Amino acid sequence: MIRWAEDSLSVAGVQLSMVKGGSGRPLVIFHDELGYPGWMTWNESLAHDHTLYIPLQPGFGKTPRLDWVRNYRDLAGFYSQVVREMKLDPVDAIGFSAGGFIAAEMAAADPRIFSRMVLVAPMGVKPASGEIKDIFPITIRTHLRSTVADPAGTPEFTKLYGGEMTPAQFEAFEDARAETARLGWEPYMHDPALPHLLRGNKTPTLLVWGSRDTVVPRGCIDGYQQALAGAQVGVIENVGHRPEIENSAEFERIVTRFLTA
Amino acid sequence: MKVGYFTERPARWVPEEAILRNGGHFGVSNSYFDRERAAEDYNYFIDENLYAEELGFDIVALNEHHGNPFCMGSVMNVEAGILARLTKKARILLIGNPLPVIKHPLRMAEELAEIDLISRGRLITGWVRGAGSEQFFNNANPAYNRELFEEAHDFIVQAWTRPGPWRYEGKHFHYRHVNPWALPYQKPHPPMWIPGVISPETVKWCAEHNYPYFGLGTSLGPTCDLWEYYADEAAKHGFQAGPENFGYVMPTFVAETEERAQELGKGFLFGGGQNSFARVEHTLPPGYNSKDAIRRMAKQPQGSWLGVSGDKLRGHSEEEEIDPEEIRRKLIPGYQKAQKALQLIIGSPKSVIPKLKAIMSTLRPGALIIFSVQGPVSNEDRQISMKLIAQEVIPALKEHAKAIDLPDALERAPGSVKLRAGVSRVPVSDRGPLKELGLT
Repeated sequence: MIRWAEDSLSVAGVQLSMVKGGSGRPLVIFHDELGYPGWMTWNESLAHDHTLYIPLQPGFGKTPRLDWVRNYRDLAGFYSQVVREMKLDPVDAIGFSAGGFIAAEMAAADPRIFSRMVLVAPMGVKPASGEIKDIFPITIRTHLRSTVADPAGTPEFTKLYGGEMTPAQFEAFEDARAETARLGWEPYMHDPALPHLLRGNKTPTLLVWGSRDTVVPRGCIDGYQQALAGAQVGVIENVGHRPEIENSAEFERIVTRFLTA
Repeated sequence: MKVGYFTERPARWVPEEAILRNGGHFGVSNSYFDRERAAEDYNYFIDENLYAEELGFDIVALNEHHGNPFCMGSVMNVEAGILARLTKKARILLIGNPLPVIKHPLRMAEELAEIDLISRGRLITGWVRGAGSEQFFNNANPAYNRELFEEAHDFIVQAWTRPGPWRYEGKHFHYRHVNPWALPYQKPHPPMWIPGVISPETVKWCAEHNYPYFGLGTSLGPTCDLWEYYADEAAKHGFQAGPENFGYVMPTFVAETEERAQELGKGFLFGGGQNSFARVEHTLPPGYNSKDAIRRMAKQPQGSWLGVSGDKLRGHSEEEEIDPEEIRRKLIPGYQKAQKALQLIIGSPKSVIPKLKAIMSTLRPGALIIFSVQGPVSNEDRQISMKLIAQEVIPALKEHAKAIDLPDALERAPGSVKLRAGVSRVPVSDRGPLKELGLT
């Protein structure tokens, strides 16, 4: 078992809650729009040769909400301050879904902030075809179920969300949904300027996508690939929006290969 | 006490099955929209409000909803403008304009000023946050709903009271040139009465602003609690709350006989009853409710008017199989239960009077708004109900109001009864009548 802990750091003008664990080269993780789900198999695996830094997004229940942060570019600016103040840059990063949107905005504003960037089913660009699933006019349960291709066949999904949802869990989800709406309601979970701002960006990038993702369509991956010439694409077959828990072995393999290349 | 008339102007011709299969009114396809019947009804409902005035109702009340056959009033200010011209003495109450979803407070200030001018000062304007579904319909960010509400309200009051031109740079609204030429007829501005469905945050805001709060058919016990909370907050601001601070909107239908009233009153169940306004996933968009409200709702055992139970919140209603017949069957016991709990008042004039009096004695409202029946009830039956209420029920209610002293907000200004330092406030509701009816 790798040791990890959640701490509160005074950084970028706030008390930022952050999960830190593992040892080795720093790796910053930006969790998705549902919040940090906990230390999973893939965390454990990557933490063998990386120190994982997982900031808990302001407004998601632990880190206080920042009133001035009103869109994903603002949030990216805040996280860039965090990375710089912690003297982590240039650093490797992984962003999941809306977390991928955050990482891409950071890279767009500061092309040298990341040494390598993994965007897993990233939101943030308007897909040329298909639509990013509207996660707001559906219940939490429906939303959660739509994130994986086979809920019953995904043990870590069952571990996270099996059983009755407690009022505390419900509240945490509502915090996450509220803050995500605050930042990404309109335009819906994308920034029309982002593909333009990424043009010419040389950050080595891996785009990971599950072939049965119903939340982020392939069109988003295509959009990123067009903007980031040279970005690699890793498609994981038969998984949905959360390949890191649906097929963690394959996820770890392609991410580790990219990060250690 | 003032008595008002209110109807949602329901689209009575939409097939009920379409609403039941949709799991609620919001989201039913507008392919069902019938232009001819709608044209007929928009005109009819104007006439119905004129009839209410003719019958002696003190107030005609309007509201609006969006994308929803539950209520055909999508742009209430248009109807209010017409009523401003055609009515003579009734106050025109708007319950209310959904500020966060309209997102243009300067335009709102202008529209309402014109209505007040045309009516020569008979407008009572109210504000709402807009139903959850309306945040989706209007693409209004629900996470900023309350901020938008408060900022829009503050701006409108300024636009009506501060000589222009001036510049406004707010958080959500920005105007280079604020100088609305049309200002309200009433000085400094029309009264504001605020409707709600058991939101302590809104009640607190009302108490801070001396605005009367109107319960929209809310359960009586929790409404008493909320009234007392208002009074606590009012006391912090140095005044004793009273009937002038409260109003209540009561779904009511009356016919000549008990049997006929019970049959036609089932119109309130049309499309699924009181919780069929919108499906749960459209009722509470993210960030729409405060954290405290979310905590309360997550633990709530049962839904209420426009409310949602904790179970439903965590559930997945959009995946459920819908059997219209089963829903209809289940609604009947709920119909009886709602009447027993005085959530629906249905009957002959003789049978409804004591019930309405019990509500008045309990909640002590300065204004009672009669909310007419939903569903496919004919114009004639609707008007019979109105006439019986006006001629046989309201006189008894007004007499009762006098006996138990229920001044309204137009007779006694909200906030005008000051509390002397060191003097405790007195209760503003009375659960005694509820106990007598076994409703505590």
